[in-house]
Amino acid sequence: MNTSLLNYTLHLADNALIIGHRNSEWCGHGPILEQDIAISNIALDCIGQARNFYQYAATISGNGATEDSLAYLRDVIDYKNCLLTELPNGDWAQTVLRQFFFSTYQYFLYQQLQSSSDTQLAAIAEKSLKEVTYHLRWSSEWVIRLGDGTEESKQRMLHAIEELWSYTGDMFIPVNYEIQAVEEGYGIDVKNIQENWLQKVTDVFEEATLPLPAENTWMQTGGKEGKHTEHLGFILAEMQFLQRAYPDAEW
Amino acid sequence: MDMELINTNSRTEKTTEQVEAEVWALLASIPDPEVPVLSIVDLGVVRKIKATHLSAGWSLFIYYTPTYTGCPAIDVMKMTMKMVLLENGFADIQFEQQLSPAWTTDWMSEAGKQKLKAYGIAPPQYKQAVCTPDSFQEEEAIQCPLCNSYHTRLVSQFGSTACKALYQCNDCKEPFDYFKCH
Repeated sequence: MNTSLLNYTLHLADNALIIGHRNSEWCGHGPILEQDIAISNIALDCIGQARNFYQYAATISGNGATEDSLAYLRDVIDYKNCLLTELPNGDWAQTVLRQFFFSTYQYFLYQQLQSSSDTQLAAIAEKSLKEVTYHLRWSSEWVIRLGDGTEESKQRMLHAIEELWSYTGDMFIPVNYEIQAVEEGYGIDVKNIQENWLQKVTDVFEEATLPLPAENTWMQTGGKEGKHTEHLGFILAEMQFLQRAYPDAEW
Repeated sequence: MDMELINTNSRTEKTTEQVEAEVWALLASIPDPEVPVLSIVDLGVVRKIKATHLSAGWSLFIYYTPTYTGCPAIDVMKMTMKMVLLENGFADIQFEQQLSPAWTTDWMSEAGKQKLKAYGIAPPQYKQAVCTPDSFQEEEAIQCPLCNSYHTRLVSQFGSTACKALYQCNDCKEPFDYFKCH
């Protein structure tokens, strides 16, 4: 078994699942019906992408692993998602900014992953990229609308930047399995997409009349290696409860 | 003699092409569970059918692709395909998901687009018109399926299912779904 390929695939799966789960918490609570539907659709896309990655991870892992066992029976320390994806929804500003930061990341990541030497990763990336394109368009419009909106909406965006910015660095610091993935030709070098990411963020912030935080701000790290914020445990507690309490339950 | 045996026997004389054509026709009778006016073949979800004649009868491989990764309808489609094929005497049926090339509305049949419009859903435009991440881009002119006006506006990029966006006609005021380009 190729452990790096497994970990790399799980990392991509966990990213999509956790941000998808966070977005799904808005279902029924969105500020207006259309946006409730929008964020729920985005959640569904993310969870769909996660399923594709988990299904593939299960075939790499063997040993009877399934997409469900990988999602429902691994603990916090085994999860490899970036810290940004697990942060609480906060208010609408915080949710749309988190989505914008992460969709931008996924957009450039999937774009490059399409030429992965691993045909399955490439195929999932190709398919997911189409969906992420919509997420990116939607979330950047919201960042601009709120940033360049009313005094209240601007204050909320500024607060959201303060809450989230120090968690963005984690995405661009490669861990061992990512370095291995680049060496073996199936993964992408996240350092290469950092510049694209920052350019897109700069452009959108400019249009949104929002200040870009100073360079070299101190950044949180560790998510990809299983060192998470206190929030992930609560997500898993809710998400995994049923399978833990009633193993193999189906409905 | 049970149904299955009759059907299987009646196919022994058929060529692979004839059996595959028969399977295409059977699958074309299956409606999309969320947009029932379209068949799963109109939608472009069924990509390829491979029939092989074995000593035990015909073996089928159905290659399919999901529309959106999270679309819950795909499980229903697979189950229905299996039921319809079983009812028609095929016992050995296997499915294989193909993610690449990724599903696109370009694969929707022209007949399918006409059926959508008649059903009140604006059919997808040509692909070149969309699919960039730029914010506040100029909106496409989507034709109202009710009064045919192009004077319409986007209400939300996301609609009642993953594949649709919500629009409203500025002339007749009808709110309508647009089967968005993908």
